[in-house]
Amino acid sequence: MTGEALIVLENVNKWFGPLHVLQDVDLSVARGEVVVVIGPSGSGKSTLCRAINRLEPINSGTITFDGQPLPAEGRALARLRSEVGMVFQSFNLFAHKTILQNVMLGPVKVRKEKSAVVRERAMGLLERVGIANQADKYPAQLSGGQQQRVAIARALAMQPKALLFDEPTSALDPEMVGEVLDVMTSLARDGMTMVVVTHEMGFARHAADRVVFMADGQLVEQAAPEEFFANPRSDRARDFLSKILTH
Amino acid sequence: MSVWVDKFDVFAGGFWLTFQICVLAATGALILGAVVAVLRISPVPPLRAVGTAYVTIFRNMPLTVVMFFSAFALPALGSNADFLRIPVLDLVFTRLSTDLPYFRFALIALTLYTAAFVCEALRSGVNAVSPGQAEAARSLGLTFTQNLRYVVLPQSWKASIVPLGSVIIAMIKNSALIGFFGVVGDLSATADQLTGAEGYAFIPVAIGISIGYLIMTVPLGALLDRIERRQAVAAR
Ligand SMILES: Nc1ncnc2c1ncn2[C@@H]1O[C@H](COP(=O)(O)OP(=O)(O)OP(=O)(O)O)[C@@H](O)[C@H]1O
Ligand SMILES: [Mg+2]
Repeated sequence: MTGEALIVLENVNKWFGPLHVLQDVDLSVARGEVVVVIGPSGSGKSTLCRAINRLEPINSGTITFDGQPLPAEGRALARLRSEVGMVFQSFNLFAHKTILQNVMLGPVKVRKEKSAVVRERAMGLLERVGIANQADKYPAQLSGGQQQRVAIARALAMQPKALLFDEPTSALDPEMVGEVLDVMTSLARDGMTMVVVTHEMGFARHAADRVVFMADGQLVEQAAPEEFFANPRSDRARDFLSKILTH
Repeated sequence: MSVWVDKFDVFAGGFWLTFQICVLAATGALILGAVVAVLRISPVPPLRAVGTAYVTIFRNMPLTVVMFFSAFALPALGSNADFLRIPVLDLVFTRLSTDLPYFRFALIALTLYTAAFVCEALRSGVNAVSPGQAEAARSLGLTFTQNLRYVVLPQSWKASIVPLGSVIIAMIKNSALIGFFGVVGDLSATADQLTGAEGYAFIPVAIGISIGYLIMTVPLGALLDRIERRQAVAAR
């Protein structure tokens, strides 16, 4: 970890109508750092994650990525988004395109890279996530775990500076969770900057540099995983951990 | 029944004119409707407002009133809709360049009116695509236009095609109004001419005219049924 901040949120507030979903959120993610966000349902984890690439605009405060404040809607925002990969709970692979086409679309259309170059890189990434032999199939023909690994490859094809994961394993059958977490762990080890919303405490323990606990729109506490799981400081966190760890 | 044989040329002429205005209005409405649909789903609020205003006005006004406006307001504004005298196109669709402007006025009204419904049919298709698709495209850095072109439209047209067909069928039937707005000799005006001026019995004439409309609408409907059945099988 170099310590240089890549993603910085300062005083971020977001309302959905009367609901104050993000309350004065301050968070800084260093280059190469892996931050895991946990917290009860409805606490604003997805909203936080989606605010970072402005899929969800905020009402006040500032978010900077790699030194630049997030631009308003338009070309500059599109360019910024191309540098931040996102992996969704429901995979969201393009249903009308093959696996290979899914991975190639961004680099070819957004970055205008040569198709032959992109194809080679895409096949390399599919190799890495273990799906190279399915390259010509359509998303619906793959299992959930396979689709999610393709989604990760699709995000990686843009050679992003950071990756955002919003509960990437929550829609998966239990036996497929491991294959996706393995890919994520290997990315973390290779120094990718990652913000991961997840309920997988095993992943948080062994792959995260820092755990951030959210409740009711606030960052209640943050600490290194060993410390957080051994001695959570806040009551909310203790309560949350006792609920999920006893199951 | 002799009217069908004796006056076949009148029926055929009426059919040809109605067919012409339908082809032109359908083309115009598909283009204009697509533009309005893009406005309505654009991320820019003022553009969205323009699109919504368009649809609100033209979907909620009776076609007769739109025709009135076109036939009376345009001349009052000093326009004979001469911009529709499109070179080359007017060799096939000769009525585009006649000095009497009523065909052009009717064409404008039918196009404006139908475009609102085309827009909504296209939009219902876009809404049928899961929002996650567009979101994934945005998160990759695709711009609004790229998103529509490479991700949303290739998936939405399937859901649009059947409602679009219904819009066009309704438009063909609506075109029967043009005779009342000065367009001489379309299929429905044929009835007036044959029963009024030439004294033929009404029922055979009406049957002849119905057949003329059915020749246009029934095949279109059958085509839509086929597309729908194929989609239902593909979705299984
Ligand atoms: N588009 C929206 N409109 C209105 N309210 C919303 C919207 N999206 C989320 N919310 C509300 O905002 C709050 C925070 O939602 P968010 O999805 O960020 O929570 P979360 O921590 O990700 O929860 P979960 O663990 O269930 O995914 C919730 O109460 C939710 O109902
Ligand atoms: Mg969530």
